[in-house]
Amino acid sequence: MNKKYDKLGTDVFNKVEKISSELFTLTYGALVTQLIKDYEDIEQVNIKLEQMGYNIGIRLIEEFLAKSGIGRCQDFIETAEVIAKVGFKMFLGVTAHISDWDSDKKEFHLIIEDNPLIDFVELPDHYKHKLYYSNILCGVIRGALEMVQMKVKCTFVKCALSDESTSEIKVVLEEVLSDLIPVGYD
Amino acid sequence: MIYSLYILNKAGTLIYQNDYGPTEKLSHNSYIRLGSTFHSLHAIASNLSPVSGSSSGIELIETDTFKLQCFQTHTGIKFYIIADPNHPGLEEILHGIYELYTDYVLKNPFYEIEMQIRCDLFDYKLSRLLKLTTD
Repeated sequence: MNKKYDKLGTDVFNKVEKISSELFTLTYGALVTQLIKDYEDIEQVNIKLEQMGYNIGIRLIEEFLAKSGIGRCQDFIETAEVIAKVGFKMFLGVTAHISDWDSDKKEFHLIIEDNPLIDFVELPDHYKHKLYYSNILCGVIRGALEMVQMKVKCTFVKCALSDESTSEIKVVLEEVLSDLIPVGYD
Repeated sequence: MIYSLYILNKAGTLIYQNDYGPTEKLSHNSYIRLGSTFHSLHAIASNLSPVSGSSSGIELIETDTFKLQCFQTHTGIKFYIIADPNHPGLEEILHGIYELYTDYVLKNPFYEIEMQIRCDLFDYKLSRLLKLTTD
């Protein structure tokens, strides 16, 4: 199964339009620093980034479905694979790893080793372990999955900018919104 | 020849409609009514399925004078086109329309999700796509 999604991820990545990664990274950096200036409270910045991501996610999911041609996933394990191997590849050009499944298979960790958002970033000490610089990604995942009727909670558990080895997002499936599944897909 | 295109949101509300062939013009409310009616028929059809398990609802209606092809996304948006009965490749056209929708509607930051689509660029790309496939 893994191999299949690796290949699909690469195929879709080759198909979609690309921009300069530096422009992307710098734009995101400008956005985060402006938010810090506007809100001052770091916790608020984390929340706003997540909300922005959510608004992106609910739109992005359609492009993801249209261009990857992926159908409904059998289970949450498959969903995790698709996010890591196809979703991340398609929009960020990198793949992520899945680990730390809980026994119910409702919770996993997404490990991003090569996060393009943080390419040039060095976090000042007083923001370390407080600011989740790439928190927008949590929102994107939450928004996108909500549109395919999965309510999840995403949180950063590790951040490479705060002197930890990798960036790690914890994704917890809270509920499948089965009454919202369109007819013919249950 | 493609006669018309309809797009319905999750709740079954008409968010886009356009005619491309020499079809009779209806009032705005009539288009909305047609869209909601199709949404209901689609839901009823999927529940009426005589075989157990789920049914996809209406995918294709064929008559002597027209053909209606519907495509529902995993998020619940329905795209359907009405074309002349011999028109080939309607499924591919619908998929092309879906891709245009993701690019030129959803990526427009001023488009409010689930609302009426008023995007000139989308109109333009659509007419190009439909022209390309009818020639």
